[in-house]
Amino acid sequence: MFEYAPAPESRSVVDIKPSYGLFVDGTFVDPVDGGSFKSINPASEEVLAEIAEAGNEDVDRAVRAARQAYEKVWGPMPGRDRAKYLFRIARIIQERSRELAVLESLDNGKPIRESRDVDVPLVAAHFFYYAGWADKLEYAGFGGGPTSRHGGGVPQPLGVAAQVIPWNFPLLMLAWKIAPALAAGNTVVLKPAETTPLTALLFAEICQQADLPAGVVNIVTGAGETGRALVEHPGVDKVAFTGSTEVGKAIARAVAGTRKKLTLELGGKAANIVFDDAPIDQAVEGIVNGIFFNQGHVCCAGSRLLVQESVADRVLESLKRRMAQLRVGDPLDKNTDIGAINSAAQLARIRELSEAGSAEGAERWSPPCELPERGFWFAPTIFTGVTQAHRIAREEIFGPVLSVLTFRTPAEAVEKANNTPYGLSAGIWTDKGSRILWTADRLRAGVVWANTFNKFDPTSPFGGYKESGYGREGGRHGLEAYLNV
Amino acid sequence: MTATATSARSDLSELGRSETALRTFLHGLPGVDQVGAEQRAAQLGTRSIKTTAKAQAIDLAIRMVDLTTLEGADTPGKVRALAAKALRPDPADPSCPHVGAVCVYPAMVPYVAEVLRGSAVHLASVATAFPSGQAPLDVKLADTRAAVAAGADEIDMVINRGAFLAGRYQEVYDEIVVTKEACGDAHLKVILETGELATYDNVRRASWLAMLAGGDFIKTSTGKVPIAATMPVTLVMLEAVRDFRAATGRQVGVKPAGGIRTTKDAIKYLVMVNETVGPDWLDPDWFRFGASSLLNDLLMQRTKLTTGVYAGPDYFTLD
Repeated sequence: MFEYAPAPESRSVVDIKPSYGLFVDGTFVDPVDGGSFKSINPASEEVLAEIAEAGNEDVDRAVRAARQAYEKVWGPMPGRDRAKYLFRIARIIQERSRELAVLESLDNGKPIRESRDVDVPLVAAHFFYYAGWADKLEYAGFGGGPTSRHGGGVPQPLGVAAQVIPWNFPLLMLAWKIAPALAAGNTVVLKPAETTPLTALLFAEICQQADLPAGVVNIVTGAGETGRALVEHPGVDKVAFTGSTEVGKAIARAVAGTRKKLTLELGGKAANIVFDDAPIDQAVEGIVNGIFFNQGHVCCAGSRLLVQESVADRVLESLKRRMAQLRVGDPLDKNTDIGAINSAAQLARIRELSEAGSAEGAERWSPPCELPERGFWFAPTIFTGVTQAHRIAREEIFGPVLSVLTFRTPAEAVEKANNTPYGLSAGIWTDKGSRILWTADRLRAGVVWANTFNKFDPTSPFGGYKESGYGREGGRHGLEAYLNV
Repeated sequence: MTATATSARSDLSELGRSETALRTFLHGLPGVDQVGAEQRAAQLGTRSIKTTAKAQAIDLAIRMVDLTTLEGADTPGKVRALAAKALRPDPADPSCPHVGAVCVYPAMVPYVAEVLRGSAVHLASVATAFPSGQAPLDVKLADTRAAVAAGADEIDMVINRGAFLAGRYQEVYDEIVVTKEACGDAHLKVILETGELATYDNVRRASWLAMLAGGDFIKTSTGKVPIAATMPVTLVMLEAVRDFRAATGRQVGVKPAGGIRTTKDAIKYLVMVNETVGPDWLDPDWFRFGASSLLNDLLMQRTKLTTGVYAGPDYFTLD
């Protein structure tokens, strides 16, 4: 036997303060009513820091600071100068990448391999990419603005953007929101999720280090009430939300009838379709990456495996063998593949849906794996014999749980893949190029991956159909959400 | 074994009887997606193997080395020195294991055999007009028989890449079958020369062809063409031996050769073996490294782990 010795990344590279205030107008301030909450390490339940909870007055201060910065500094600033700040932020993120990766893994529970190799490099790439757009907005294809301040038909920003982000990719979602907003000339007030605020607060320090003008980026921490105060604030011109479909609907209702522009990136129940001529070994890797990446806490996760009946046994056998190799445990160990579930509440939800899967008659399987005693853990799990009528085939589990369904013909695969209220992403595995195109044409999903899964790039737009939301983030398309066009 | 597995066995043994059957079978294997295979190999390369795991991996890697010299300039003195090193890689440390085998040209086999006699180190000889294989079949077979007669207990043959790339699978198959017969009791390693096969689909097909024809090992390269062993090629070959055992019950070994020079690289390969085919292959009987300079790097890292300091290259023997 070849046992890998523990290979923990050092947590001493990051300095976590005992408590954090709100980042408003360029400085950290205490909240008006002094409320706070704790952020814990989901792998050990240890308290990491005390975090300020922003109330209505704090949100109001942050929005006013953002408005002031928009009117006086950031809005009038030429795009090439905004770009300099964004490039500088991107470089600092690269320089401090190890620190950011360790902090992300501590606060979120995701394996260091992913925060180091996926999250943080993508964060830097997003800032670099949108920095490049800041002085080229008139070439983005959206035309000029009606009241161009700089002449030459430069499209105009919207103003103050209220941004509410989830806990699954805390820093990456921040980058997806802040980079295009700032490049287009908006200022922002961002609320990170209450279970994962730490990297956003470290990002606030990076903004200070980059000498970003005060008020351009404001970070208000808190839970649902803080988020509600922010999106409902009358001083906000734009609302961007990534999170659950339920909250997304509530935000859409709150924003209806106002001048605010809205983009929503919500839940998903993606089909990962494996045809009988697929490259099986690579498809299995794609299935694993599709559902077990980031503990399955991924809105575009390939949570429904649709496999052609003629190869189903073979694919499942390979999948189970591969799942037995997954290493579950300490997120800071460089050899960990699956880390901790982000919170007790999320673990309860995953358990509830998994129990419903068994109760409704699907067959549950997990590889033998020892889970740590403390913290929130869930073994990688697959359900076979799942039908479209099962809850685990319809509801978003947002955990390392895969529902396996079979199909007989390409038409049936498309029909089942589309038979969901969601439409964020999908995967196609086949050696036939023509079948990839035929299938992708018929899938109602914002992102379709062919012979790969969970591939992200700042140049590529990302977003959903139906109850997965509207608007696109990333690429040239991502600028539209932050321009008055 | 279940009834279906047994019937699958007899089906495969019939494949070599017709070109059509071979072609249908080999082209019916699942394809390999190049991007996905390379991504998986790269991902396995990011495992962090430290302390006790590293020590274990280094000793295992030393035991898996086929210590090789395949030069026109090889002499009896040179190969005797190499064989002596194979027996005692680190003269300063008796706890250091011996390597898996010494690998030389047929003409050098008798000199190596004198040194290795009575030891557990195997004696491998390349044969079949290595490295090109471009010689008449009876010459290749005579080459093989001579090497075995001189004392080689492992034969590293090359496949007929020209025939393979032209789609004449039967010809490639038949050559392996008769070479295996010529080997007698000696183990047969079949070199696919993956750098010339170019695609992973070809690597998978050639792997199956070599195993169907009776090869005991499949080996990536001669080391004589620009592209030798790579992680993704070895991954595809490992998947092939895994699937072949599942289908037939017979286990076949894998030998990446050429270009593996550092301990870090060797450990990446061992991680790949561990996570692709499992502990059954983590043994010198089933996995080998065809290498020469790798051994000294393994020894340096081994010394570093036990003493805590790096010793200079002068403290390790050159051969």
